[in-house]
Amino acid sequence: MDRFEYIEARLFEGENYIKRDKNVKIYDGDDKTQFTDGEVVLTTHRILWGKPGDIPRGLVCLSLHLYYVFCIEEESGGVFGLGGPKRIILNLSPSLPGKRPGPAVVSTYHFLKLSFKDGVDPAFFKALYDAIAAKEWESPSTVATSLSVSSPTTSAKPSGPTVNSKIRSGIVGIERSIEEQHRATDQSISVAFQDLTKLMEKAKDMVAISKAISAKIREKQGDISEDDTVRFKSYLMSLGIDDPVTRDTFRSDSDYYMGLAQQLSDMMVGVLMDCGGIMSLADVWCRVNRARGLELISPEDLLNACKLLQTIDAPLSLRKFPSGACVLQLNSQRDEEVAKNISGLLEENETLTPVKLSQIANVSVLLAREHLLITERLGMACRDESMEGLAFYPNLFLRESAS
Amino acid sequence: MRRRAGLGAIQKQKLEQVKYREKGSEIQENQFQQMSKQLEVFRENLEEFATKHKNEIKKNAQFRRQFQEMCAAIGVDPLASGKGFWSVLGIGDFYYELGVQIVEVCLATNYKNGGLITLEELRTRLVAARGKAKKHQEITNEDLLAAVKKLRIFGNGFTVVPMGKGKWLVQSVPGELNLDHTLVLQKVSSLGTAWVSNSILMDDLGWTQTRAQSALSYMIREGLVWVDTQDPNETLLWFPSMFADCVSA
Repeated sequence: MDRFEYIEARLFEGENYIKRDKNVKIYDGDDKTQFTDGEVVLTTHRILWGKPGDIPRGLVCLSLHLYYVFCIEEESGGVFGLGGPKRIILNLSPSLPGKRPGPAVVSTYHFLKLSFKDGVDPAFFKALYDAIAAKEWESPSTVATSLSVSSPTTSAKPSGPTVNSKIRSGIVGIERSIEEQHRATDQSISVAFQDLTKLMEKAKDMVAISKAISAKIREKQGDISEDDTVRFKSYLMSLGIDDPVTRDTFRSDSDYYMGLAQQLSDMMVGVLMDCGGIMSLADVWCRVNRARGLELISPEDLLNACKLLQTIDAPLSLRKFPSGACVLQLNSQRDEEVAKNISGLLEENETLTPVKLSQIANVSVLLAREHLLITERLGMACRDESMEGLAFYPNLFLRESAS
Repeated sequence: MRRRAGLGAIQKQKLEQVKYREKGSEIQENQFQQMSKQLEVFRENLEEFATKHKNEIKKNAQFRRQFQEMCAAIGVDPLASGKGFWSVLGIGDFYYELGVQIVEVCLATNYKNGGLITLEELRTRLVAARGKAKKHQEITNEDLLAAVKKLRIFGNGFTVVPMGKGKWLVQSVPGELNLDHTLVLQKVSSLGTAWVSNSILMDDLGWTQTRAQSALSYMIREGLVWVDTQDPNETLLWFPSMFADCVSA
């Protein structure tokens, strides 16, 4: 919330209107704010939010510069993702000094959500995504206007003799200025990496340069490396946790595990939804640690935190298969839900074998059988064991007695 | 500029355009090379810093985040502790770091090996992804095995199977999440034959011998298939569940 500014709804020079949407609520991280039922206008540079009608009249509204947003994602309405995405999550970089006053001075969150009453319009999401990727605000025509609010683009430029007042023309001029830029970047890199304090001072510039380099190389070559592992690593680390829970900040172990469990659940819900609702613990452990960066947790810590997931009402839980393998799963994979789901499929298909179910639901044969057995145990399926193997039918006793 | 007329002028213009284009791509190529060089410098520096200043970086929350961002952009692994004195006793981050990297390699190659990888290949990939420094080359198979041992408390979802003669196979996908069997079934039903063999899986799905073998032996164990040794070339496996489809087709 602290990245917002109060400003009159007028476009900057070089800024263009892209899209608008109605009935939008702002969340500061996970918390509701007073800014509900508003209108959102997306421009090439900013997101504006105002009470209905305020923005067209040019009155004061909330404005968020798109350069704060480094990644966006969609969030579904219910836990089970029914009814399509309702919210857009904007992950934000820290607020910059010298910004205009906004509705909040500090915020504990590094993201905010825009909640759309009628669901997220895919076209709006796409437009927002494109606007962030396009980085219109970095194009030279707008530098003059964004200077007044101290845009990071100006600070991100490598220090050194880049500010050139000399006007050069012709190909040689272009070549020379490119060369000069490279030299400046080279120099600022070598200065920054002299020692740790220097690097810390220049961290922001270096982050920008590293991103610029990798973007350029990606553009040309497809990716920064041929190596599957390096690419995957890069992806995992980019989903970083800002403030990993550490043991030192808690007085007792159980508090620590609680905190860990909370963070785990925040981080993994989205991931699990993307990959079928179930993931082996080794996999989870790797992802969590990659997101935490240098603050590794041990397998024991993870297991202990997972055991607490139920006590904090997280939408996911630990599960141990009869084979001994531990997994983390969404609650939609819990027995009752599974049985309901499977009995629906039984009605549709009349009969199911583990093999058939595995193909319908695209799960492993073992898991399919497990699911069918759960359904049977809860009385929603009947088995038929024959030469051809094990098959399950809908439990007619339930239906007949009900009618 | 005065406009010139005539065929000669047109040709000249064309020639100029070609030259401009050449120059343009030359500049771009140059720029790309510069960028690649900077990427290299960046990578080396980050690797060095990650090793030398790990604790200082850890302490400063804001910088830690920025460091991570840089590493992510350039593709550098910030986890690069050496095998120090403490790691011999199983204390310290070395084996945890190795564990994270091991799982990572398995996940990254999952899509083509189905969660089965030899320890040898795993080590090669891991060392390559870790960086160029000499100490990374010194990671041994024993180190990897010790690191995997720490994952045992997650049940048998992540296991190392001895293959004899000092060879090991790492299995990273537990049976419950293994979709290989489903893939086999899909293959058989698309063939419409109700039987399958090792060589079919290897040729058609591009699997390795080990992967095909382990999927099929699982199905035999589970009683999903019948073994047929009559074929002179290799063992065929029949799916009784698909007999009916076959006959009616």
